[in-house]
Amino acid sequence: MSQPVVQIRDLRFARGNRMIFDGIDLDIMPGSVTAIMGPSGTGKTTLLKLIGGQLRPLSGSIRVRGEEVQTLSRPALYRMRKRIGMLFQSGALLTDLNVFENVAFPIREHTRLPQALVRDLVLMKLEAVGLRGAAGLMPSELSGGMARRVALARAIALDPMMVLYDEPFTGQDPISMGVLVKLIRELNLALGMTSVVVSHDVREATAIADYAYLLSDGKIMNHGTPDALWGAESQWTRQFLNGLPDGPVAFHYPAAPFRDDLLGGAPR
Amino acid sequence: MLDLLQQLGRAALGLFQRLGRGNLFLLQTLASTPGILLRPGLVIRQLWSVGVLTLVIIVVSGLFVGMVMGLQGYNTLVDFGAEESLGVLVALSLVRELGPVVAALLFAGRAGSALTAEIGLMKATEQLSGMEMMAVDPVQRVIAPRFLAAFLSMPLLAAIFSAVGIFGGYLVGVGLLGVDDGAFWSQMQDKVDFHDDILNGVIKSIVFGFVVGWIAMFEGYDAVPTAEGVSQATTRTVVHSALVVLGLDFVLTALMFGD
Repeated sequence: MSQPVVQIRDLRFARGNRMIFDGIDLDIMPGSVTAIMGPSGTGKTTLLKLIGGQLRPLSGSIRVRGEEVQTLSRPALYRMRKRIGMLFQSGALLTDLNVFENVAFPIREHTRLPQALVRDLVLMKLEAVGLRGAAGLMPSELSGGMARRVALARAIALDPMMVLYDEPFTGQDPISMGVLVKLIRELNLALGMTSVVVSHDVREATAIADYAYLLSDGKIMNHGTPDALWGAESQWTRQFLNGLPDGPVAFHYPAAPFRDDLLGGAPR
Repeated sequence: MLDLLQQLGRAALGLFQRLGRGNLFLLQTLASTPGILLRPGLVIRQLWSVGVLTLVIIVVSGLFVGMVMGLQGYNTLVDFGAEESLGVLVALSLVRELGPVVAALLFAGRAGSALTAEIGLMKATEQLSGMEMMAVDPVQRVIAPRFLAAFLSMPLLAAIFSAVGIFGGYLVGVGLLGVDDGAFWSQMQDKVDFHDDILNGVIKSIVFGFVVGWIAMFEGYDAVPTAEGVSQATTRTVVHSALVVLGLDFVLTALMFGD
């Protein structure tokens, strides 16, 4: 069996006193689309930042292609990041550059290619996401879905080995959502990449994923192929995947008994 | 009582942490600055938005400050029959004090706040984080050219402020109030020393440019990445810059003119 692209072992991470990850093991296999799902606030984005080396874990190990991310020197970390594309939830397009220049940005920063070649590369990337015609627009003129596709074109500008998607479907209309689902799957195949999709849009994420991890309260609640997860026995998994309002995750935030609160009389 | 102590301690710790972060940030910026000289295009674009776009307010304010100086100075000097020294009065006040200080205050209000807001918004919209993930150092790509532009523009703007101010004083003094033209300029030429007055003023404005640039960059870079955080950071830039400029002005004046 081939080596995982990302291998996480016993990862612990805390923000202040709150434990975000409490001993997580996770493998991302080459060429696959892996979905990481979980309720809001479980630190899915944090996980991507840990993989990209923007945050340091309390303990545990994160290996990208066998290299321990937290021990990398800054130049080595930057070398690694050049091979990883990241799609931010907001798109994170540079607002003072137009679409073309945004996609050209990583190419210009990291290579010394002639202008004509940069132009061809950028147009190819934009063509792949269907926005070659929008090359001259400014980010403020794009719809949310278009901005995310431009960001995707920029993420694949340097032909990365892996792309990390942070909530790619959030806040998208059904058509944009369909476009993104198709793009993520097709680009993964066409460019021979590895993709990690962090999302709480269960249907879209499970539709394109080869493997999925369910994350909650700092633990991995379940993992497996999407089919296996849909058929899982676990109450929590069922509640999350089907979006049931009550279950192991209670509807009520923990509180004193309702009766005591009402009759207790002491004003807060 | 304990609560109060605790709060005091926390505030002090917070302050020192911020000071520490600010200093580390400055070191990082200074370390990235030589590299940015290889890409003059980035610096020139910032010189435009930081320096050239501040010109209007500098020229207009300089003109009015000079005109007021001319008017006030004349009214006082004329009592002693010394109105021919008006040129010296206006020139010395401007080159030594008002030029560097007022230009720095205006610069903080116009360019400093804009820089903080711009960088804070870039942080809030994950643009800086995105650059980091694209293996581009935001301090080198975003901060260093802006810092350098602020540092370079400030002395030039202060010099323009002083020059326009002297012209304003001339307009009022000579044009309006009838001070002798030749006396106005020749006394100025005689009494204003290049090394003691002009150069010391320039040194002041260089220091102010450095400090205002540093404060504006750091406040933006360290802003809480929300709309509220960015607006607070922008306010802090203007307030802190003003206080630091005025405070430093006293220190520098004492060092350079206080023999």
